[in-house]
Amino acid sequence: MTSVAVPAPHVAAAAHAKTGLWSWITTVDHKRIGILYFVTAFIFFLAGGIEATMMRIQLAAPNATFVDARTFNALFTMHGTTMVFLALMPLSAAFFNFVVPLQLGARDVAFPRLNAFSYWVFLLGGLFLNSSWLFKAAPDTGWFGYANLTSKTFSPGHAVDFWMLGLQILGIASLAAAFNFIVTILNLRAPGMTFMRMPIFCWMTLVTSFLIILAFPVITVALVLLMFDRFTGTSFFVPAGGGDPVLWQHLFWIFGHPEVYILILPAMGIVSEVLPTFSRKPLFGYPFVVYSGLFIGILGFGVWSHHMFSVGLGPIADSVFAITTMLIAIPTGVKIFNWIATLWGGHIRPTTAFHFAVGFIAMFILGGLSGIEHASPPADLQQTDTYFVVAHFHYVLFGGTILGIFAGIYYWFPKVTGRLLSEGLGKIHFWLTMLGFNLTFFPMHLLGLWGMPRRIYTYDKGLGFDTLNLVCTIGAFVLVISTLVFIVNMLKSIRGGKPSGPDPWDARTIEWSIPSPPPEYNFAEIPTIEHRDDLWERKRSGKGPYPQPANAHVHMPNPSYWPLVTAIGILLFFIGLMLSIYLAIFGFVFTAFGIYRWAFEPAG
Amino acid sequence: MATAAAAADHHYTTTGLNSRKMLFWTFLGSECMFFGSLISTYLVYKNHSTTGPYPHEVLNIPLTSISAFVLLMSSLTMVLALAGVQRDRIGQAKLWLAATAFLGMIFIGNQVYEFHHFVTSEGLTLQKNLFGASFFVLTGFHGAHVTVGVIWLLSLLIMAFSGKLSSKNSLDVEIAGLYWHFVDIVWIGIFTLIYLIQ
Repeated sequence: MTSVAVPAPHVAAAAHAKTGLWSWITTVDHKRIGILYFVTAFIFFLAGGIEATMMRIQLAAPNATFVDARTFNALFTMHGTTMVFLALMPLSAAFFNFVVPLQLGARDVAFPRLNAFSYWVFLLGGLFLNSSWLFKAAPDTGWFGYANLTSKTFSPGHAVDFWMLGLQILGIASLAAAFNFIVTILNLRAPGMTFMRMPIFCWMTLVTSFLIILAFPVITVALVLLMFDRFTGTSFFVPAGGGDPVLWQHLFWIFGHPEVYILILPAMGIVSEVLPTFSRKPLFGYPFVVYSGLFIGILGFGVWSHHMFSVGLGPIADSVFAITTMLIAIPTGVKIFNWIATLWGGHIRPTTAFHFAVGFIAMFILGGLSGIEHASPPADLQQTDTYFVVAHFHYVLFGGTILGIFAGIYYWFPKVTGRLLSEGLGKIHFWLTMLGFNLTFFPMHLLGLWGMPRRIYTYDKGLGFDTLNLVCTIGAFVLVISTLVFIVNMLKSIRGGKPSGPDPWDARTIEWSIPSPPPEYNFAEIPTIEHRDDLWERKRSGKGPYPQPANAHVHMPNPSYWPLVTAIGILLFFIGLMLSIYLAIFGFVFTAFGIYRWAFEPAG
Repeated sequence: MATAAAAADHHYTTTGLNSRKMLFWTFLGSECMFFGSLISTYLVYKNHSTTGPYPHEVLNIPLTSISAFVLLMSSLTMVLALAGVQRDRIGQAKLWLAATAFLGMIFIGNQVYEFHHFVTSEGLTLQKNLFGASFFVLTGFHGAHVTVGVIWLLSLLIMAFSGKLSSKNSLDVEIAGLYWHFVDIVWIGIFTLIYLIQ
């Protein structure tokens, strides 16, 4: 099952189709799956961006009529759901897939077919969720789907069904991927790679994966209860039947707060790789960065009720959750100081990747500062449900996660494609992003403190909101332009970019010791690791490149279409829950059939 | 790696632990949160039903004790089945796999009877009150897990009868056993929290 195979006669790999649609449908290669994740998630990212832009057009001027209230609700719901589940998480997953096995010195992930399965379920779940637009049933209850707005009484029709079933499907994809990456990181490290020699990005992937496997079952249960309420008429969240809508909030945020760290920790991992490379210094305080990441992950399960201060849980609960929330600032601050100390005294090469990584630190600090403000319940009661909160989490998720992901794209693009992204266009992209981002989201702090509520589709003249809202909208268009610059850069560089060679950045970790793009089997011979930043140490000690056998024959896992078949079965099952029990039964049997064929198929 | 052909199934791993087994442990960790959330929901809604029937009126402790005992015994037969496969005593493995599946089916049969009795004789349905909703969803998900386990065991039994089961792939049985014991342990929790502590 595992893919660290003994070099064996080159049998199966020769028979694999190398190009064409079928080779992508049946691929189990982590690098191709990583590329599929990236392309799919980037398209969803653009969809979420279009939704955001439409909201900004509507809010550019008072009493605008670009979209109506119902559409506006659907836009902010789908924008949030799309960005969290279909853009940021899978963009991180793209890096997990492409980079982690290479950094570990592995030939693939531990379960290549399960990995393909995760991707297909994610793709089908994303398409299912977004198909709601075609049926004029886009979810409109917010990305958190608070009860009892989601009940059959207040949300008849299929909008909420699309949302809850879509999230169930996507949860399966995330869970399968997380199981896979935990085992990969624990079990497929190259000989000599102890935990404390492991690249930080792998560490953060490990912590994120543990958060996923512990947090997602909770929202699965919440959604199951909601499904029973909507499909069978139970009263889990219906007050008339004795149900308690606050239970939904607890279950949702027990998932939802770890989810925040699921979104940010991978970006922190990326930045921890990019900064040392371009400072030409080891990461300052490596163990502190590792342990802070672990600490953030553990504490992340004990802070959920800070999303619920306005519920009125009482002074004891509010105080406890305020304190745990403030505690999280400590490991986060430790990380920030470690990054800054990494820069200190380094021979800095200001590449685009480096720009984005430093941008991440600056913007994430601003997001953290507004976050620590509403860790305090009295302050939070003023800020909750205002644009101040919108500003806060965009500084964290855009200024943090997205900038970190861009840093990762500029950093690893040469490894994926063998070509460098244009640095000129990259710098334009960076500065336009910083300008557009701050123009869009900084004024929202002020708007929020002045009392502008979230999730309103328009506002009246003379409330003092007009000018800053226009500024926000202008900023959004600057972001649109910056994204276009990035797309142009990618498209130009894939074909005509400067060839990068294996190690364009004089980097530190072993993925840069193999050709770009890497061969299907990654490492002809698995390197033996002697140091943290082993490649860097090796280059500095004059040992020369890792030994490579002259003639690499590596046995690779067989391609398989059963992961896709099984994923289709799961999709049919969930569509069936909404439309017809017969389709659900068919989907269930179809899934079982796929699993059986998969289980008894030779893995190669 | 160089030991023997038998080792070929067990590729080198960093921790020395088998990857499939490790994957399955992570899955069980996830399942703990799943059942933990369902059990919490039940406990949060305990005594919140606005109308009867209430737990003490319908739950049959003696009958459920028997089915709990049956499920516990099935863990014993599961251990014996694994021991048989590991020692290449396939006849013994077949017997105990069949026994485990059979005991699992008795448990499910009892649950079907219990659900049927609650609905038809006691008037307790999913929609009746919060007790009904949280009870049926929690125990129903557990029953579904047992059902999946029975199907899994029967699949292993078919493999055994077609000569595909030996000590070389005893891991297949071991992982099914992990699942089976887990489902068993969850039932101990459910039985204690829902039936015994009313």
